[in-house]
Amino acid sequence: MSAPTLRAKRRPSGLAAKQRKQALRTLAFLSPWLIGFTVFFAYPMISTVYFSFMHYDGFRPPTWSGTKNWTYVFEHYPFFWPALRNTLWLVVIMVTLRVLFGLGIGMLITKIKTGTGVFRTLFYLPYLAPPVAATMAFAFLLNPGTGPVNSILEKIGIPAPGWFNDPDWSKPALTLMFLWGVGDLMVIFMAALLDVPKEQYEAAELDGASAWQRFRFVTLPNISPIIMFAVVTGVIAAMQCYTQPLVAGKVASGVIQGAGTMFEPGYPEHSTLTLPQLVYNLGFQRFDYGSACVVALVLFALSMAFTALLMRRRGGLIQAGD
Amino acid sequence: MAQDTAQGTARGTAQVLQRPGESKAPSSPAERTARRKALLEWIAVHSLGVAAALFFTLPFVFVFLTSLMSDSQALSRDLIPHTWEWANYRKVFDTPGFLTWWRNTLIYAGLGTVLTVVSSVPVAYALAKFRFRGRNLALMLVISMMMLPPQVVVIPMYLFWAKQLDLSGTLWPMIIPLAFGDAFSIFLLRQFLMTIPNEYVDAAKVDGCGDLRTLLKIVLPMAKPGIAAVALFQFFAAWNDYFGPQIYASENPGAWTLSYALESFKGAHHTDWNLTMAATVLVMAPVILVFFFAQKAFVEGVTLTGVKG
Repeated sequence: MSAPTLRAKRRPSGLAAKQRKQALRTLAFLSPWLIGFTVFFAYPMISTVYFSFMHYDGFRPPTWSGTKNWTYVFEHYPFFWPALRNTLWLVVIMVTLRVLFGLGIGMLITKIKTGTGVFRTLFYLPYLAPPVAATMAFAFLLNPGTGPVNSILEKIGIPAPGWFNDPDWSKPALTLMFLWGVGDLMVIFMAALLDVPKEQYEAAELDGASAWQRFRFVTLPNISPIIMFAVVTGVIAAMQCYTQPLVAGKVASGVIQGAGTMFEPGYPEHSTLTLPQLVYNLGFQRFDYGSACVVALVLFALSMAFTALLMRRRGGLIQAGD
Repeated sequence: MAQDTAQGTARGTAQVLQRPGESKAPSSPAERTARRKALLEWIAVHSLGVAAALFFTLPFVFVFLTSLMSDSQALSRDLIPHTWEWANYRKVFDTPGFLTWWRNTLIYAGLGTVLTVVSSVPVAYALAKFRFRGRNLALMLVISMMMLPPQVVVIPMYLFWAKQLDLSGTLWPMIIPLAFGDAFSIFLLRQFLMTIPNEYVDAAKVDGCGDLRTLLKIVLPMAKPGIAAVALFQFFAAWNDYFGPQIYASENPGAWTLSYALESFKGAHHTDWNLTMAATVLVMAPVILVFFFAQKAFVEGVTLTGVKG
């Protein structure tokens, strides 16, 4: 806001120059990301779409193949539907269990009055374990031959499952590992539970509400946005699940890792295959870059559909600015 | 902060075991049942807590105990080592390449973290404090990038790094992109910078500070806790990364990182779970140590440069 008299003293283009300067300064501050966005996101995205219509093996120059890659992935590639089924299993069962367990642990930690800090740290630490290390640890803990878990189960007299070596048990084993690392959910649920207005609980108590009614009519409505957030981020994470099932399958099948090692992903019997693993399998094991890009686009569409849920104005990730 | 919880805990326990305003025997039967109910609840809650604590900690304990077993015992079903074989850790360090993998991981995590912070701070600052057309669109694109699995763009990226720049078998394809802002870090820093009142920025402007000086002299000191958090997350992300080394470094064991090399112990030592678990402990331990070490820094950062609105 400059008075007209002042502006008359400056160059006539003073205001425009100021705006141009502001635009330049904004561009300058944003420049690292603008370059990153172009080179590492926009260009590869367009390129992925392009390659999904090309036949390319990395050696001979790419040739146009129309929708051949698409029909191959959906109709002939043996791993696509098993991987999609597994992903759906993880999205429905694992995410549900993880949210329920996270909520339970979150409620427990708000109720614990003695040694709260110690309990909280113990509950949280597994979440920090590096994915590969956690998977190695669980491959050992749950290994059917000498693993401590099965040793204990057999001592008690419970029939011990084959975990990562049994196609029916490999996903439950993965789920158990993800429940172990529930610390992130515990923290957000704990914060949400502590934010519930005390007066509402007091009012409910005066009305003679039972513990279940207090949970159902006071707690739940207050923390439902956080539950929604946990579900959506959980679904996105489950769809992108890569390292844990891959390493679990490799270790359980006993392949030795190294350059040029061929391993069949998804051991046992494709039960640990997930969509991101297909990109690796098609691109870097079968050298069929075109079909790998088709799977990449399917993964992209699914991820973005759920990310859109997070970007809603209300209850989304973005808080209104200013 | 620790004091707070300790006091709160003491208060809570006192309340449970003894209602305020009465120190001697309870006066009425109604109060006695209420107290008994509170005590029972305390016992139930803490029993559940101990059970949960066992579930969360026993895996670590079993892994650590197995890492100290002799070769022959590691093949048995024992849970506790007969002899404590601390030499297993020496054997892990003596594994050919182990120290190189350690160095690579530190280069990737350290350099990557520095580059991420330096490149993401100005972007996050612009998204938080500047007004310009397309700001919300830019933010949505940042969030979209943050939610994008790396596998989606890996084919063109691999062709770019490996075929055009001939950089496969090195760490560079994983490090260089971090010099151009990391979506998750930008988002997190922006959220943190939003909490810094605009008055500080405006006051600096009135005093004649340019944008860059305002950022460096006024905003950065206040944003220390946020930057510490971002640095920590990025360090962990690099430390944990498996897909990046698998794509770009797998052909050259000299460029492997710890997370990628870990499973090779299982191959190299067949069924020797003891050495594999010792290596696993060595990959887990630094992250957990950094967390404990940085937790202090967080609390300190928050108390020292707490933004008072």
